[in-house]
Amino acid sequence: MRRGPAHGRLGLMALKVEHEMHRRRRSRNVGLGLVLVALIGVVFGLSVVKITTGESMEGYDHALRPQLVEDDR
Amino acid sequence: MSDVDYDRLQGEAQFGDYVALLKPRVMSLVVFTAAVGLLVAPVPVHPMVAFAAILFIAIGAGGSGALNMWWDADIDELMKRTRGRPVPSGRLTAGDALSLGLALSGFAVVMLALAANLFAAALLGFTIFFYAVVYTMWLKRLTPQNIVIGGAAGAFPPMIGWAVATGGVSIESAMMFMLIFMWTPPHFWALALFMRSDYDDAGVPMLTVTHGRRITRRHILVYTLLLVPVSLALAVSSIGGPVTLVAALVLNAQFLLGALRIARRDEAQAEDDRYAVEKAVFRTSLYYLFLHFGALLCDAALRTAGWV
Repeated sequence: MRRGPAHGRLGLMALKVEHEMHRRRRSRNVGLGLVLVALIGVVFGLSVVKITTGESMEGYDHALRPQLVEDDR
Repeated sequence: MSDVDYDRLQGEAQFGDYVALLKPRVMSLVVFTAAVGLLVAPVPVHPMVAFAAILFIAIGAGGSGALNMWWDADIDELMKRTRGRPVPSGRLTAGDALSLGLALSGFAVVMLALAANLFAAALLGFTIFFYAVVYTMWLKRLTPQNIVIGGAAGAFPPMIGWAVATGGVSIESAMMFMLIFMWTPPHFWALALFMRSDYDDAGVPMLTVTHGRRITRRHILVYTLLLVPVSLALAVSSIGGPVTLVAALVLNAQFLLGALRIARRDEAQAEDDRYAVEKAVFRTSLYYLFLHFGALLCDAALRTAGWV
């Protein structure tokens, strides 16, 4: 059976030849791919929302920052 | 594995088989009730956070569904209703179900903690544990009250939704829990009455198997009677309103009437019309929960619009 162009003159196995298994597993692979892309979207969206609506996220770093101390007056 | 071995495998697992492991129909009910719990809470939640939280609750429910399919593969094989599931039909192994269930459960709990709060995540973790371990592994095959106690697992989602918004529990979220908790037994026992040979074959101690069908019929009526005050109390609570009250009155009347008819029939009558009443009550029970929670959502919308 002829498997692809690279299978010819040099007698090497072609790396790009689609195995029948790939076709059988296509729905799984495509499905998983879409799930992962969707997950990236959700995590990205969540991050944007958390950062833009969150409380002040400044920390003290190495020195006291008076603007972060609550006003006790 | 060689090509020959691959060819020998009958019907390789497709993406849909993995989705089926998550019990998508149960998931849809979880999504709906969790969303209502979140939306009727008095604390507003950013839509993106709400969406992500509901998604992770659904994934958690899916994970527990896969764990259930892993543990129950032996009895699923014996029941007509469940024989076609991915594990008993041989498209996936029980190990696949276990791995997917554990991975998704852990993922869902961690992600809910990040998206919402630790309390909601802990409640989700407890729900998964309750469904997979307490119900599936322990009580389902031990006691005819399996459905009653297992119903608690299905009753947690609106509480988790509420916890996403408020960070805690309250009397209102406990009432939503109670509504599903009391609704589950008559819903499943109606199913058990007309799927008659299934549970017998599998040896699951359903009430129909251990105490007989006459007792089951009476139990359906008693639990439906107990459901009525819970439903009415929810209607007059702070998350209820006119829509919920009307819905509760109509739905309870209908459900109760059906339960009464079931209680008055005997097996001969049921077999004569091929369990028409039992099937009708099962359908009614599905509408009951959907419309009841839908009514809560309507009242929440009316409150937001300032009409109530």
